[in-house]
Amino acid sequence: MKKDKQLPDSHGYFEQFGGRFVPETLMPVLDELEAAYAEAKRDSSFWAEFDSLSCNYSGRPTPLYFAERLTRHCGGAQIFLKREDLLHTGAHKINNALGQGLLARRMKKQRIIAETGAGQHGVATATICAKLGLDCVVYMGEEDVQRQALNVFRMKLLNAEVRPVSSGTRTLKDAINEAIRDWVTNVENTYYLLGSVVGPHPYPVMVRDFQSIIGKETREQILAQCSRLPDYIIACVGGGSNAMGIFHPFVNDKKVKFIGVEAAGKGIRTGKHAASLVAGTVGVLHGTKSYVLQDDAGQILGTHSISAGLDYPGVGPEHSYYKKTGRATYVAVDDKEAMKAFQLLCQTEGIIPALEPAHAISYAAKMAGSMNKEQIIVVNLSGHGDKDMDIVVKALGVKL
Amino acid sequence: MSRIASVFARASHTALIPYITVGYPNVETTLKAVPLFASNGCDIIELGIPFSDPLADGATIQRASYEALRQGVTPKACFEVAQELRRRVEIPLVFMTYYNPVLKFGLEQFCSKCAEVGIDGLIIPDLPPEEGQELEKSTRRHGLDLIYLLSPASTEERIKLVAGKSSGFIYLVSLTGVTGARDKLPQELEGFVARVRKRTEKPLCVGFGVSTPEQARRVARVADGVIVGSRIIQLLDGDKLLENACSFVKCLREALS
Repeated sequence: MKKDKQLPDSHGYFEQFGGRFVPETLMPVLDELEAAYAEAKRDSSFWAEFDSLSCNYSGRPTPLYFAERLTRHCGGAQIFLKREDLLHTGAHKINNALGQGLLARRMKKQRIIAETGAGQHGVATATICAKLGLDCVVYMGEEDVQRQALNVFRMKLLNAEVRPVSSGTRTLKDAINEAIRDWVTNVENTYYLLGSVVGPHPYPVMVRDFQSIIGKETREQILAQCSRLPDYIIACVGGGSNAMGIFHPFVNDKKVKFIGVEAAGKGIRTGKHAASLVAGTVGVLHGTKSYVLQDDAGQILGTHSISAGLDYPGVGPEHSYYKKTGRATYVAVDDKEAMKAFQLLCQTEGIIPALEPAHAISYAAKMAGSMNKEQIIVVNLSGHGDKDMDIVVKALGVKL
Repeated sequence: MSRIASVFARASHTALIPYITVGYPNVETTLKAVPLFASNGCDIIELGIPFSDPLADGATIQRASYEALRQGVTPKACFEVAQELRRRVEIPLVFMTYYNPVLKFGLEQFCSKCAEVGIDGLIIPDLPPEEGQELEKSTRRHGLDLIYLLSPASTEERIKLVAGKSSGFIYLVSLTGVTGARDKLPQELEGFVARVRKRTEKPLCVGFGVSTPEQARRVARVADGVIVGSRIIQLLDGDKLLENACSFVKCLREALS
């Protein structure tokens, strides 16, 4: 495999995945964004501000924590958790929102738009906009607005306008469609703050860069604590930003294996899942060529997962590239297994994870048992479970 | 000369190009509407193949696509409709759809099927020329026009690029935004058309937002063709839909002559 530093190529491709499949109106804007990001990337003062706010505002670095009781429970490999759940707003999403927020301000775009599914990226974006004094509009599927009422209220408290989207399946993919339509209409003054490593070039590489702070810290921390690199890194994959963030800084460490865990929902065979890499085919969605869930006629399929953050029919193009080259392995964990892992982590470690990384915990716990005690697994604990309490209460059939 | 080229070879004639979503409100209406449009002065028909995620479309065409999909209108069904229409009309038929359904069908198979049923060209709003090279090989092989789009936001460099690659005509998006009827067209429209005209001799057709005969007349003063979509879809909503749509098309034709 080639050294990944050369990818994406100048057209935004990770070999056959990626690109820019957008209406003409957005092409000049993407050129402008690409140029502005390239310039910011070379500017040490941009990164100085990013690092300083990451530290003093977001709460970086996050700990790499040895989960001793979980490890003992599984009876095999040592399990470490990268504690992104401890960040401001409760998830890794703030890393990217901060980076792009600073870029938008630098580009003198006063109006920020974003999409959100569960609300984590919407809350992170609204937070950064409040902090930087930018106007914020968040598109959210009508169904998600109802499911995540508390996050809607949070965004409003942060002075963002939440626009419910009633088209299509009324979930995340439709919120992205609507955000793109807004962007096409208001290109002049608007910055689209996309929340994952998806979308047209340069979003996949830019979001990866802002999230790769997770993997850079992890690398230093594991070397400091164990004097060696991990055998496996495991992360959940919806669009794939937390996974790419922790994977990418290890990409040239060939002995470190990557496992991405997708949502099997009610089971891959039921069709009610969100496992684009495990069960999808190559297509074009939201401006990028990657694995997508689609029918025989090329229509994008509805998805299901207990975790709204994984409930997306596409995935970042770089993950498709990792799948194709075998650099990463992708698996799927269903709703029930994720719920079990959620409870397991609560009980063994006193950590309430978000339902998204509960998928990764589930797979890690299964694997650890069959490995020896010298081996190391790092799991990216990408978010905190507070946002999921309503769903968990329902799933467990509890009356409060 | 391709069927599309011959439309623009007529001197001092502005082409009238209606858009309809195949299967909206049903396939029967599509089969009746197209011949009626043809006999009432339309020059090219844009047939929309519905897609689940039409991100360049406003509310009207989104809803039409959604309805058509609910009725099971697939690309395959659209080919059958096109084949039937080709028996009934002579004028050029152009498919408008998004890239994913074409990619899924297979670029080569899609184009070969288009040629077989008598489709003349393709408009794919989420496929800029940078990504169109693969498809261009197949459209060329099968004698189809691949019509690219320009927008008021396009830079001089992009105008040059698109003008070089587009075949049949160039689709000028009148405004920065999505499809949909508008009260007003932007003031800069004439300037935009002139900016493109300086760079190319290819026919220029203007769409997005054109919804009244007055607007069509204004467009006709500077462009070679007028594309009207959402307003026609709206007329296909009510009672007497074919009658209403037809008399609207007639008004447009009169406005253009």
